[in-house]
Amino acid sequence: MRTLKLVPSTPDFKFVRYNRRAFVISSVLIIGSFVAFFMQGLNFGIDFKGGILVEISSSEPVDIAALRGRMQTLELGEVQIQQFGTPTDVLIRVAEAADAASTERDLSAVDAMRQDLEGEFEIRRVEIVGPQVSRELIQTGLLAVVGAIGSMLIYIWFRFEWQFSVGAVMALVHDVILTIGVFSLLQLDFNLSILAAILTIVGYSMNDTVVVYDRVRENLRKYKKMDISELLDIAINQTLSRTVMTSVTTLLALIALYTLGGEVIRGFTFAMIWGVIVGTYSSIFIAAPLLIQLGVKRDWSEVQSG
Amino acid sequence: MLHFSNLKIIGIGLVVLLGFLFSSPNFMDERTRLSLPGFLPNGQLNLGLDLQGGSHLLLEVDTDVVQRERVEEVVSDVRQALRGRQIGYTGLGRIRDGVTVTIRDAADVELAREVLAGLAQPVVANVFGGLNRAVDLDVEAVGEQTFHLLITDEAILARNTSTLQQSIEIIRRRIDELGTTEPTIQRQGATRILVQVPGLDDPQRLKALLGQTAKLNFHLVDQNVGAFEVVNGRRMPSGSRLVYTDTEPAVPYLIKRRAMVSGESLVDASIGFDQQTGSPEVNFRFDSVGAKKFGEVTRANVGRPFAIVLDDKVISAPVIQTAILGGAGRITGSFTVQGANDLAILLRAGALPAPMNILEERTVGPGLGADSVAAGRIALIVGFAAVIGFMSVSYGLFGIFANVALIINLFLVMGVLSGLQATLTLPGIAGIVLTVGMAVDANVLIFERIREEIAAGKNAITSIDLGYNRALGTILDANITTLLAALILFQLGAGPIRGFAVTLAIGIVTSVFTAFTLTRFFISLWLRRQGRPDSLPV
Repeated sequence: MRTLKLVPSTPDFKFVRYNRRAFVISSVLIIGSFVAFFMQGLNFGIDFKGGILVEISSSEPVDIAALRGRMQTLELGEVQIQQFGTPTDVLIRVAEAADAASTERDLSAVDAMRQDLEGEFEIRRVEIVGPQVSRELIQTGLLAVVGAIGSMLIYIWFRFEWQFSVGAVMALVHDVILTIGVFSLLQLDFNLSILAAILTIVGYSMNDTVVVYDRVRENLRKYKKMDISELLDIAINQTLSRTVMTSVTTLLALIALYTLGGEVIRGFTFAMIWGVIVGTYSSIFIAAPLLIQLGVKRDWSEVQSG
Repeated sequence: MLHFSNLKIIGIGLVVLLGFLFSSPNFMDERTRLSLPGFLPNGQLNLGLDLQGGSHLLLEVDTDVVQRERVEEVVSDVRQALRGRQIGYTGLGRIRDGVTVTIRDAADVELAREVLAGLAQPVVANVFGGLNRAVDLDVEAVGEQTFHLLITDEAILARNTSTLQQSIEIIRRRIDELGTTEPTIQRQGATRILVQVPGLDDPQRLKALLGQTAKLNFHLVDQNVGAFEVVNGRRMPSGSRLVYTDTEPAVPYLIKRRAMVSGESLVDASIGFDQQTGSPEVNFRFDSVGAKKFGEVTRANVGRPFAIVLDDKVISAPVIQTAILGGAGRITGSFTVQGANDLAILLRAGALPAPMNILEERTVGPGLGADSVAAGRIALIVGFAAVIGFMSVSYGLFGIFANVALIINLFLVMGVLSGLQATLTLPGIAGIVLTVGMAVDANVLIFERIREEIAAGKNAITSIDLGYNRALGTILDANITTLLAALILFQLGAGPIRGFAVTLAIGIVTSVFTAFTLTRFFISLWLRRQGRPDSLPV
């Protein structure tokens, strides 16, 4: 039976030879991410910034300028209005007042907005996040990302050797930074679901890295005298078909979600798609070659666990 | 690896069967589902608020108010106790979390210590059971003649816990009056309550109902001094205080501090209509103690006005025409029908022990929810079809085995979700779609390994055996790391995201089973029919 093969049966790419180039590219991207982050920050969504978000829709395209005028007469403070997916769908955001201590103002603002909009529009969604909650969400969010990466560090350390653990985590941090970077660069809405996507990316990218590392370890035991970069190349090539296959199936599912899953989770699926691509790249070009820099142990003669 | 004992086969069959069984109610119409015999599972997927529409409110109970009230109580207890024993004191007042008092005469200090220590009460048994002998007040001597009575942490904790429990109970009663289906009301942390009400048409009304403490009191109006004179700077008579109406402009009233009767004595309230004007009003009834008290006060004060005060706002201030002895009365004011109805609901449900603030609201309309379900379903079907097609062309017959396993995996995920009655959210659907993509990873790992072994010149059966064997460690490592991420996501846990973590975690567990055990079982069945194949369809 003939089957589709995206990768030749016995690939022989010299990945490690490109490691310098990959490190340069990644460094540039990481620096770019930092620059974007410190220049324009993240476009925090309501979850982390607090305030009001109202999604409305109408049977006809919404006149945003007119709507903006109407919202201004309500004197809600800083109002942002944008199209949401289609011209008939609109997102209205009201920023948290700088001195807000409670949601009281928000609640009455929503009251006023509802009164103004009801009847003419379908009010599809209303979210109010108070200053307390948004502060907590930032804290737990940071904690979750750090906790996820930390637990990976420990798990891999436990299952492999510290060089693997450090290499894998550096690749993870790389993926997280690039994901945050792209959200900062494009000023995409950064909300709680993007954070969830980042954590999933951490899991996925780790998954990818572990598969490569597993094979590296196996080869280290098998070929005791082989040159390390050649050994790494073999391991990457052996797992390449799998790496590509899994990325493709995951991307297929994600692209279906991105195009058909609706506007609400589009940001989330975008982050995931980006993360899968970056994560796959980093497993091959960053995580594996890093083992050379970190000086992976060559003597695996004693019996290892796992 | 390719031999399956009968016991194992039965086990596999059982897991798959249970998956089908628990997911089956989702494919039935309501009638068939409810007519299922009791031993069969009949729970459907529990859709989150973002999918079925509804309101999510995070409330914070202002427990500081309760603690302040408690400090006030202690102040008055101290005053009474010392006066009762004729101990002279000075500087009685509140300090942070407690009360300070100084005894005038050094000779009284010992007696005062005894008296004050006697005020401490054991903390009512809380969650930790009866064994702790904690008291609610710590009496400390500060300097020679000064005592501090500090409210203990145990007492604060116990009081906050009971405040929260009472609040939850009253919220439940108020929401039940709205006649909505299955609201969830949960305690979150020390001072918060999470309210989730699915399928609500009017979230504003819900907020209005929850945002009010609804403390109703009846006070006599102080007529010795005009309220406007006090507003304009005249000295406030002791024992009176100023309150305003809720109208625009607000009208001040000077009322007696002591309530004639408090709302706690109310047993019933309902909407009614004024017989002459037809405008809405609220009828109420007191319990016997309240009725007696109300009767006495009204008899003694005929011709004088009294104020009906709700949450420190005067609703109305009628003049007492005759003694009201029956224990029933009515509140008139400028009510709308809904306003009167809501007030009746609030009075029936009782007052909250402490004010509440809304910290967070997320309301999804039914339209958006339905759209999200539709979009999620289409994305799932398309993503699923794409993955299945791709696996088939990539791995041939073995790919089809993997696909069958994938389909069964979907039923298992659905079955576990339905069985646990976990909540399916929109990110949860994304989690399932993602699992579809990632579930085949295990099979990809195995099949690639098999290909390698064949390329290395091993025979078919050995290749399959080695493929599964060697891939297992990798599969476990790879999935445990993702599972770790999912668990942390669950801990992070705000509603929809938690739904994502749940489906992701369930998907990982079931997919390892289907991709590893189930496909291996299929291949062993296939091998048994093939005898010893020379080449493998992978």
